[in-house]
Amino acid sequence: MRKALFFLALCAWPAFADYTSQDVQRVMQRDFHARGQATMDRVLQDGLQRVCTESGDKPPAGLAKALEADQLKTIDFPGGSLIGDWKRGERIAQVGRGLQWTDSAGAPGGGSCYNCHQLSPQETSHGTLGPSLLRFGAVRGSGPEMQRYVYGKIYNAKAYNLCSQMPRLGYSGTLSAEQIKDLVALLLDPASPVNR
Amino acid sequence: MTRLSRIGLFFVGALACVPLVAQDAKKEIQRYQQMIAEGSPVELFELGGEELWKKPQGPNSASLEKCDLGLGPGVLKSAYARLPRYFKDADRVMDLESRLLHCMTTLQGRSREEATRRVFGNENQPSEMEYLSAYVAGQSRGFKLAAGAAHPKEKEAYQLGKALYFHRAGAWDMSCASCHGDEGKRIRMQELPVLYKPQFARPIMATWPAYRVSNSQFKTMQWRINDCYRQMRYPEPTFASDATVALTAFLTVTAAGEPYRGPGTKR
Repeated sequence: MRKALFFLALCAWPAFADYTSQDVQRVMQRDFHARGQATMDRVLQDGLQRVCTESGDKPPAGLAKALEADQLKTIDFPGGSLIGDWKRGERIAQVGRGLQWTDSAGAPGGGSCYNCHQLSPQETSHGTLGPSLLRFGAVRGSGPEMQRYVYGKIYNAKAYNLCSQMPRLGYSGTLSAEQIKDLVALLLDPASPVNR
Repeated sequence: MTRLSRIGLFFVGALACVPLVAQDAKKEIQRYQQMIAEGSPVELFELGGEELWKKPQGPNSASLEKCDLGLGPGVLKSAYARLPRYFKDADRVMDLESRLLHCMTTLQGRSREEATRRVFGNENQPSEMEYLSAYVAGQSRGFKLAAGAAHPKEKEAYQLGKALYFHRAGAWDMSCASCHGDEGKRIRMQELPVLYKPQFARPIMATWPAYRVSNSQFKTMQWRINDCYRQMRYPEPTFASDATVALTAFLTVTAAGEPYRGPGTKR
């Protein structure tokens, strides 16, 4: 049923003029090449990338719900407390490396958080592509439910908003479970500068 | 190139002195942009490019002086402002760099492999493409951007470029529009032009290629696209490939009518 819905949706949407996302993918397979850890499988769209491309990031609600549920299943929630060390989290939030062809494979990457979000008030060089997260935990609380949501959102943002522009930082292998816990602490720990 | 490096260092030093307090940031950035434009070494790159343009190279020991950039062999005036465009002899749409590469292989007899071995230079040693781009683009100052948009292959390139702009893939699910999709957004302190809209594409496309003060390097449009895809966590777009030319075609057609005033000087 879900698959049928998916394919129906693909047929119903007009793509950009003459080029379907499959055409574009074929062009990329021809005109891009692997370099370092940036391998060619990365130009193969998965289901949600295709749905978001072809719907202009506005998928029909039913399809979005179904695909978000699939994404939620990819999240590997660790047991116990999800709050790590906010000081390490602050450093991870600052670093923009990871998964690029110029990064060495296996070296720990960062969350690139400040590229798009405001977090600690001391860091004034922050982007605005994502919402400000200043006082995130102070406003929302830091209980187990909130910890689980923040961990999940960082691991796979698409489980909560299918066509979000935020990368799936855990799912893509950019961040480890420990790193994500440190970022959860940066957002939720009352001692974190985000909340003080 | 030590002179260029010193100039670059001076500007980086100047940048560090500019207090980037959030509320004043925009004004400060504008002041800084004005300051760096006043002492840009772009002219030195144009002179270096002219030397390379006239220098016999390759198995044919030929210069690029007979290179046809669309207005006839050796005609440089306003040629860059009309790129990308369709070239009958190659039967494809070409941007500046792909056309230069075409001339290197046909006129100079060089292999594509040799001519593309080092297309992006660094602070100490800019690339041949960078020098040549500065020289050729400089000959279009004051001419309105008018990339080809009439030939079926030019229309095809525009459509492909537009589709590429909104195509989401890669390890981080990004398209160009992920960053260049909504107005008034920034990455860190860098403002992001919404390049599919003419009012934002115009000032940007009118100032590439450009000298980058922050790393003392002259950068081409091919480099700009390459480095975006690196940060988008894609594999590498092949230099001068149809995909890269199509993106530039889409952006330049979108910017049509803007008087070219590059090569620019950027942060």
